[in-house]
Amino acid sequence: MAHILLIDFGSTFTKLTAVCTTKQDVIGSASHFTTVDTDIRIGYHNALDELTKRLGFKPSFDEVIACSSAAGGLKMAAIGLIEELTVEAAKRVCLGAGAKVDLVYSHHLNKSEVREIVEHKTDIILLAGGADGGNSECVLFNARLLGQMGVKIPIIYAGNKSCIDEIEEIFTEFSIDGYFAENVMPKINQLNIHSARERIRLLFLEKIIEAKGIKMIESEIDKVILPTPEAVLQAATLLAKGYGVEQGIGEIVMVDIGGATTDMYSISHPTRRGDVVLHGLEEPFAKRTVEGDLGMRYSAKGILKSLSKEEIHSIKQSSGIDIEAEINYLSNHVDALPQSEHQEVVDTILAQLCTYKAMSRHAGKMEEVYTPLGKVYNQTGKDLSMIETVIGTGGVVINSKNPTEILAHATNIHHHPFELRPEKPRYYLDKDYLMSAMGLLSQKEPILALQIMKKHLLPLN
Amino acid sequence: MKSIVIGVIGADVHAVGNKIIEYTLQNAGYNVVNIGVLSSQEDFINAAIETNAPLIMVSSLYGHGEIDCRGMRDKCIEAGIPHVLLYVGGNIVVGKQDFDEVKKRFYAMGFNRVYGPGTNIDTALSDIKEDLGE
Repeated sequence: MAHILLIDFGSTFTKLTAVCTTKQDVIGSASHFTTVDTDIRIGYHNALDELTKRLGFKPSFDEVIACSSAAGGLKMAAIGLIEELTVEAAKRVCLGAGAKVDLVYSHHLNKSEVREIVEHKTDIILLAGGADGGNSECVLFNARLLGQMGVKIPIIYAGNKSCIDEIEEIFTEFSIDGYFAENVMPKINQLNIHSARERIRLLFLEKIIEAKGIKMIESEIDKVILPTPEAVLQAATLLAKGYGVEQGIGEIVMVDIGGATTDMYSISHPTRRGDVVLHGLEEPFAKRTVEGDLGMRYSAKGILKSLSKEEIHSIKQSSGIDIEAEINYLSNHVDALPQSEHQEVVDTILAQLCTYKAMSRHAGKMEEVYTPLGKVYNQTGKDLSMIETVIGTGGVVINSKNPTEILAHATNIHHHPFELRPEKPRYYLDKDYLMSAMGLLSQKEPILALQIMKKHLLPLN
Repeated sequence: MKSIVIGVIGADVHAVGNKIIEYTLQNAGYNVVNIGVLSSQEDFINAAIETNAPLIMVSSLYGHGEIDCRGMRDKCIEAGIPHVLLYVGGNIVVGKQDFDEVKKRFYAMGFNRVYGPGTNIDTALSDIKEDLGE
């Protein structure tokens, strides 16, 4: 019999999940406020005491592994050349590695952009640009400018392979903390995620968690092994694909609505149709997008900004709620939890808006083109219309009395015919908040992690 | 190895000639960046910047080439590749027109080489070698 303890050091809560390999299930969970500002171990100990109390005995764990998004998570800046090509590829690599990417730059950097990267307390810079054998002038300029401005942030170079030697010389000349990975876009529209993502993960473990005061926990546990969003992405991928004889549940979409961001995941092929022309940068099978301007509290103002006057008016008419006033209140009271029916309705509306707008940016688009040879379908992004499973996670969805009415906003309820949203999915709830823990467990026991996810996923409607 | 961006512009899905061009240029030792059918001017230009391609070859088979190609040179200038070579070929205009007149119009639009229907790809290949200094 083995007990494994899985920890998620979140920005607000430290969440513990205990798994027993004999019982093949979760045996308990507990949480406490994250205490990374003082000593991350305090919050962990308190959560552990709570877990012991709930279990009724003090378990000895054979393995204790953790993921972390504490102390601001992993903050990255993505730099490329053309917005739709290497910039987008670099951004997708960062997101796939579980990073937050608030800063994205194309073409030649200028000094104020470099200052912005430094002031933003960026953890890692991903520097890309140029297909292999293609443009090298731009990345060389950018590497040199970062050096001249004395940037001490670790830089991963993942651009045109043909100028790696010159980049290395620049890194040495300016004593840049530089690293190398394969080009994120070796050929036009070809996305190469794995090498750069792995490099980011290693750097996160080697340097970033130490700098953020998270590594001190490793005196008590085995290891922090992943940024939390990457753990979630790995769990979702496992759940969709399966592992060996243990079958997955097929292609999925997952919506995670938090206080500061709305994360959207799709684990699916770009299209299942043979009659479309695919356009633009290749889409990853496991795709994560993060909307930093769509969130229930810290980013509630972003929701307001995305609404037209007409939409604000129609919310008022249909529900009697002054969404503008509510958002202004909530973004100043980020700890507020709904206490009345009215506040629950407000949270539901906000969660619906987050879901709808985040999906609008995540899902692909279909354009009908009339040619002399007849009508042709031109697709950019991922076609999610055939996806049968939409999973909801995040406090507002899990605690909602009617999560389906939030998740349904991932579909095309407002009839934008060209957005390739899920058409008629079934809805599920990650009611026990297990995704990140199972992403961790999947590193050691993938089949068990998959079985637990399948067992605990709650079907709605 | 020099890169050449090829593709079919506008609402045009003729893919056969596109494949022949790709095959021929690859055999001639070029790095062919084929962006395929239904491509916009921006798709061509973006690909040329990322791959540092000195030449863009635009195909158009459905008669709307003149409209689709308008303003392309200006966009290249805006995008920082003012000297990129622009070739165009195919059934690039509507109906049977005097091809010398058609050529003049495309030269005025900033294209360097203009090929009419039925041009053999080898003709273009020898122009490419000349223009790229090989």
